[in-house]
Amino acid sequence: MLRPRLIPCLLVKDGGLVKTVQFKPGKYIGDPLNAVRIFNEKRVDELIVLDISATTSKRAPDYNLISSLAAQCRMPLCYGGGVTNESQVERIISSGVEKVALSSAAISDPELVARAASKVGNQSIVVVLDVKKRRFSDKYELFTHRGTKASGKEVTAFSRKIEALGAGEIVVNDIAHDGVMMGYDLELISDIKQAVRCPVTALGGAGTLEDVAGLYARFGIIGAAAGSLFVFKGKYRAVLINYPDEAQKNALAASPQ
Amino acid sequence: MIGIINCQMGNIAAFLNIYKRLNIPAQVASTKADIDRAEKLILPGVGAFDWAMERINGSGLRPAIEEAVGNRKTPVLGVCIGMHMLAHGSDEGRSDGLGWIDGMVKRIIPDSNENQTPLPHMGWNDATPSVNHNLFKGLEQAARFYFLHSYYFAPDDDATTLDNNLWP
Repeated sequence: MLRPRLIPCLLVKDGGLVKTVQFKPGKYIGDPLNAVRIFNEKRVDELIVLDISATTSKRAPDYNLISSLAAQCRMPLCYGGGVTNESQVERIISSGVEKVALSSAAISDPELVARAASKVGNQSIVVVLDVKKRRFSDKYELFTHRGTKASGKEVTAFSRKIEALGAGEIVVNDIAHDGVMMGYDLELISDIKQAVRCPVTALGGAGTLEDVAGLYARFGIIGAAAGSLFVFKGKYRAVLINYPDEAQKNALAASPQ
Repeated sequence: MIGIINCQMGNIAAFLNIYKRLNIPAQVASTKADIDRAEKLILPGVGAFDWAMERINGSGLRPAIEEAVGNRKTPVLGVCIGMHMLAHGSDEGRSDGLGWIDGMVKRIIPDSNENQTPLPHMGWNDATPSVNHNLFKGLEQAARFYFLHSYYFAPDDDATTLDNNLWP
């Protein structure tokens, strides 16, 4: 039986792990390789690592870090950040990474998704959509460059377009809920899930495992990604890498809501 | 010695790490000598069919691999696109495959409109052995694998199939 996916999402800035709140600069968490080692022990389903300094600094992907992460990581790995052309995608996949995430580049150059998918297969192309409602607006819009540039593009329509071009997975990255830990925006996820056939993953807002259970109860087969939930513990947000064990994880999918 | 074929695709380091932890001798196979030394071969890979075939064809290793598998009968395990490459061809591309197992790789097509399972097939899922085979020793209890694909191997002969995962 296919299971829903529970995915820690780690943000890397200048080689170190950080956690943001609403995409604003956040707390230093530690060393990415150390976090991967801990997640290995905890038998995490899969992992997303996003280099959030790459696009804004116009830097190429950090291939040394990528190779180290891939070598260390015992579960499927998705890497993104600063990927702007298909050669980079090929190189990242050749390094032993299962999936590559495209974000700003997928919006400025959607055909990149098609070109990259034709090389490495659509199953390895993940498009991360950073979304936010514009002030006084009801509609979610796509933003790029870590939430600083409004694209003018509406989320659902773009999701359909990017799936048709070859995206194998869409990660919906909810800027307003990032780091806030007050729950996922289920209506936002619903709009996108209804529009596409490919796997959809929610990111931004998860504060408790109940939030994950709620997402599963509403959508069945879905990806639940989270940052804060898996790196912080307690009221004062002490850094503690954590993840539910097998029994707790199975219970999330089973709980009726 | 297990040889993990290196055609610049797939997570070779991960295979090596796991074998190291299990104290099973394994090494990267990047040269003819490496291939010849291997008692068993693994053909790993992530990527689309044509891209993967380009890589193995361009690696210079194909003759050595075919000699090992075809003549010396070195056992070979294809993983992910590595498994698809064993076929004669794939819906995903135009290249010929290695053709070591008779069959073609086909695109997954939902059998009905009611089937709403996302495509590509993505995530941890069960695999049920249809045959009692050495490969499944130790995997009796609900063995799960991570699936990440939009295509599947359709062998000419059903008896070739040891294990099925029915894409829900």
